[in-house]
Amino acid sequence: MKTDDLVSLLATGAEAVDPRAGVRRCAVAVGAGVLVAAAMMATWLGVRGSLAQDVAVPMLWVKFAFVASLAAGGWIAAVRLGRPGATLAGVPAALAAPVLAMWTLAAVALNGADASQRAELFLGQTWNACPLNIAVLSVPVFVAALWGMKGFAPTRPALAGAAAGLLAGAAGAVVYTFHCPELAAPFLGTWYVLGMLIPTAAGAIVGRFALRW
Amino acid sequence: MSTSEERLKDLLVRGLAGDTAAYHRFLMELSAHLRAFLRRRLAGMPDEVEDLVQEALLAVHNQRHTYDAVQPLTAWVHAIARYKLVDLFRRRERRELLTEPLDDEHDLLSSADADAAEARRDLAQLLETLPERQRMPIVYVKVQGLSVVEAARLTGMSASAVKVAVHRGLKALAAKIRDAG
Repeated sequence: MKTDDLVSLLATGAEAVDPRAGVRRCAVAVGAGVLVAAAMMATWLGVRGSLAQDVAVPMLWVKFAFVASLAAGGWIAAVRLGRPGATLAGVPAALAAPVLAMWTLAAVALNGADASQRAELFLGQTWNACPLNIAVLSVPVFVAALWGMKGFAPTRPALAGAAAGLLAGAAGAVVYTFHCPELAAPFLGTWYVLGMLIPTAAGAIVGRFALRW
Repeated sequence: MSTSEERLKDLLVRGLAGDTAAYHRFLMELSAHLRAFLRRRLAGMPDEVEDLVQEALLAVHNQRHTYDAVQPLTAWVHAIARYKLVDLFRRRERRELLTEPLDDEHDLLSSADADAAEARRDLAQLLETLPERQRMPIVYVKVQGLSVVEAARLTGMSASAVKVAVHRGLKALAAKIRDAG
């Protein structure tokens, strides 16, 4: 087939396309993934009983803002990386800011604590379960986000996969806050970050293969 | 910003809104730019140029919904062409033949080459290998230029099934190109 004939074939009957369809597909998928993660959390881990009283604790909201802002950053990174040639301008800084803010709070908390309290601030009661719980809760969002990304055309599949993984990890962490009792900044800055990095790394590996087109 | 950028962007935006004449014009002009761009970068593999022009055009078409009008067209087209070029190098394992820098997107629309060579890979033949329920909608709608409604009547499929089959069929065609090397 000659190139001119291919051009005619492609142009013939080419109907209008909706440039927002890709974002919508992703949003619906991720939304469904979050609902599945929430159902998993409620049945498997359970919403903690003290949640109603905890809403008065400012650190709960700091914790929520921390993971929610990373989820938002992961979402923006993923939909940007889905479009060929789009720039990530501002996204790395937007992702670094909440982590650096949490680490600053952690440094302040550790600095102001007695030596005997520091291990408690750092390890809490649940350090050994936290990263894995977040990673497990991120699985439905991970699958949904990768499926959503398939509707785009990422030209950097590993990076796009990592963004989808970060989105999943942070969304899993948002869901996990409804179960997790930990509020200390050193804990959140370590184990939450680690939990979110597990799906991020997995996304970079899977994306290389799954997001090729 | 070059005038090609503005002109082609205008054609594509109109094409994405359903203006097939503008879209045809866009693909015609783009194919000349792609040819010049790829010919310089495939100096060691001149026989591959036209095949890759066609592969890139098919990719542009299949992924046209990912173009965001706030984005420079040059960057979008360049990223797609570069992706398909790197993919070809990977298939040929001949990265060393890369003589021109890949990252300079600004010369993509600054040169054009209307002198199409014969493609070695025949897309018409590849089209024949698609399953019937994808092939027939493409033949009716894209080759014969029938309306979706007419194609639906001839195939016994619903109109929306015809549209989906055309879309999936062209994506399957791109996958066949990739897998065939």
